[in-house]
Amino acid sequence: MTPTHTQPVAGKRTILFNARLVDPSVSRDETGGVIIEDGVITEIGHHITQHAAAGTDARIDCSGHLLIPGLVDMRVFTGEPGNEHRETLATASEAAAAGGITTFCCMPDTDPVIDDIALVDFIRRRARDTAMVRVHPMAALTKGLKGAEMTELGLLKEAGAVAFTDGQQCVSDARVLRRAMSYAKDCGVLIVQHTQEPTLTEYGVMNEGEVSMRLGLPGMPSVAEVMMVERDVRLVELTGARYHAAHISCKQSLNTIRRAKAKGLPVTCSVSINHLTLNENDIGPYRTFLKVDPPLRAEDDRCAMVEGLADGSIDLVVSDHDPQDPDTKRRPFAEAAFGANGLDTLLPAALSLVHNEEVPLARMIEALTAAPAGLLDLAGGTLQPGRPADIVMVDLNTPWIVTPDKLKSRSKNTPFEDRQFEGRARMTMVAGRIVYELHA
Amino acid sequence: MNAETRRNAPVIAHRHLLGIEALSPQDISALLDLSDTYVELNREIEKKQDFLRGRTQINLFFESSTRTQSSFELAGKRLSADVMNMSVTSSSIKKGETVLDTAMTLNAMHPDLLIVRHHAAGAVELLSQKVNCAVVNAGDGSHEHPTQALLDALTIRRRKGRLQGLVVAICGDILHSRVARSNILLLQAMGARVRIIAPSTLLPTAVDRLGVEVFTNMADGLVDCDIVMMLRLQLERMHGSFVPSTREYFHLFGLDEQKLSRAKPDALVMHPGPMNRGIEIDSLVADGLHSVIHEQVEMGVAVRMAVLDALSRNLPGGGNAP
Repeated sequence: MTPTHTQPVAGKRTILFNARLVDPSVSRDETGGVIIEDGVITEIGHHITQHAAAGTDARIDCSGHLLIPGLVDMRVFTGEPGNEHRETLATASEAAAAGGITTFCCMPDTDPVIDDIALVDFIRRRARDTAMVRVHPMAALTKGLKGAEMTELGLLKEAGAVAFTDGQQCVSDARVLRRAMSYAKDCGVLIVQHTQEPTLTEYGVMNEGEVSMRLGLPGMPSVAEVMMVERDVRLVELTGARYHAAHISCKQSLNTIRRAKAKGLPVTCSVSINHLTLNENDIGPYRTFLKVDPPLRAEDDRCAMVEGLADGSIDLVVSDHDPQDPDTKRRPFAEAAFGANGLDTLLPAALSLVHNEEVPLARMIEALTAAPAGLLDLAGGTLQPGRPADIVMVDLNTPWIVTPDKLKSRSKNTPFEDRQFEGRARMTMVAGRIVYELHA
Repeated sequence: MNAETRRNAPVIAHRHLLGIEALSPQDISALLDLSDTYVELNREIEKKQDFLRGRTQINLFFESSTRTQSSFELAGKRLSADVMNMSVTSSSIKKGETVLDTAMTLNAMHPDLLIVRHHAAGAVELLSQKVNCAVVNAGDGSHEHPTQALLDALTIRRRKGRLQGLVVAICGDILHSRVARSNILLLQAMGARVRIIAPSTLLPTAVDRLGVEVFTNMADGLVDCDIVMMLRLQLERMHGSFVPSTREYFHLFGLDEQKLSRAKPDALVMHPGPMNRGIEIDSLVADGLHSVIHEQVEMGVAVRMAVLDALSRNLPGGGNAP
């Protein structure tokens, strides 16, 4: 039997001290320590020093580094089941652990599609037996991701699906989405939508604009996203369903979300780390590792995303981890697959925005921890006593360079190849058990 | 100039010719000047030179082509290269081999010059990163077709004596056209004023950012033009309908004598071929006194000889080898 990493070690008492504790869920930012018993945080605060360590089995000196809640990443594609050569739940979880992510949601775009309770159960069992971090499946909103018939939302929720989405597909049929929303409201489940009018982007491979024109590549206009967000907000208004726009990418979509929130509608949204840190110019001479969907937009849009994240209009940040192999990426741009690797680099890339003073540290950590945990009603995302000891020790400042070969993910399609970052996870703990330590 | 001095004179400081975008106005002038010498040579009885003796040239065409491929073939042969034509549309690609696999396979055969056409933008550049020889882009998707722009410029320069200050109208399917992109870049680099004329559905987004004047009415766009370049309606690249019918397209955007009368009296009519007579151009104009369409084909061979010559000088064993 494979060891189950996410189960706590019974009867063990651990102390972490000499740390900067940052937990935005309770506005905490102070020096101190944490005591963990049976995989649960029992005490936290400035009073916990190395002298308070009586009766502990393990003592960890944090040397002034940060302790933050483990990251919660609600948009991760793996290849399990169906494309295990790209990523399994196990390899994704190793990459997550190395990136300070203690919980992630896997998307239903697998082969077969996760649209049935047996598959939700399969993911949960495989994750329990092979993954080092917590994994929660999102289930398909429509059968086979075909956008025609809704799945068994009630049964799937009971089986453990934390939200419903057609992953990389947009449910574009308004009648189908309206019914699914009405039904989802009764079940109390969250709908996550890839907001893109498919008929406007069908042959597109990058943002439509000057860069695509110069490269001679067919474009994906931002209006395709904007109109879908606008339409969906109307349907939310009609049905009252809880709705989350997965990774918006342009300024006008953000404005629509802001207006919906101002009206008090149950609308939230996320942005991928790629759209916060990169723009269409980074594609340069046809770099396929920067081919993502939605496409990287103009610098104006990137700035709007950063501003929206800082002011809270954008609720949270996702890695949008989408492992691809050379067979799908080492091709001419138009023929290469969409998708960028992201679990290993989510936290370091997010810290780059903090170092650039684009987003304050506390807000950034909130968007990576408490915000997604709260939206999905998960136990993590906070360091409060009584909660699972999913904790990351973060070195804020040490510079390092991204080398694809050193990524833990099975696929190496990182858009941050050769990028210098400052700071990364030094140690990751799930339920009080150390699942990753940096050996520099 | 004797052969030895010639080989030691660099023309351009590039290993590959992937697009006009990377060329400076000096590079362009140098290539056109060299092309002029080959135009003269090609009009002689004895056309053979031995500058590429011992070199292997592979024409790797992932998209079918008649005139470009034969033009490159003839250019290589006149310079004594061993030329091989590979049409991949019918072989490996159907078996699932990728562009890079094909490139690596050919690279192992030690070619010196690889001429590549591919249906995807950027494919030629991708391939050039993986091979040791000089690569010439013979057209990549809707991106660039640099030798076409050079031969168009040579045709114009020989007829008009200059490029600077001329008004050039490029008309038709700009959206799908690599010829348009390369021509816009080259003509603007050389100081010509470029207008583009097309229905909005066939204009790329943000095309005005290239600094061209945009017209959607042909009669207005052609006023006082020195050069009228017609483009083929690339029906094979279109997903869905961009214009209501070829009949309506010809009525509004086809070049006939009446529309041509808006241009200057000595205007030149050009077309990269193959022409769709009765769709974008009327036969009377295509075969008329203003037309230099056959001259473009002649210039094509000379320009390609110049490009092969220039790049070979930068190869190992060439006079300008690194």
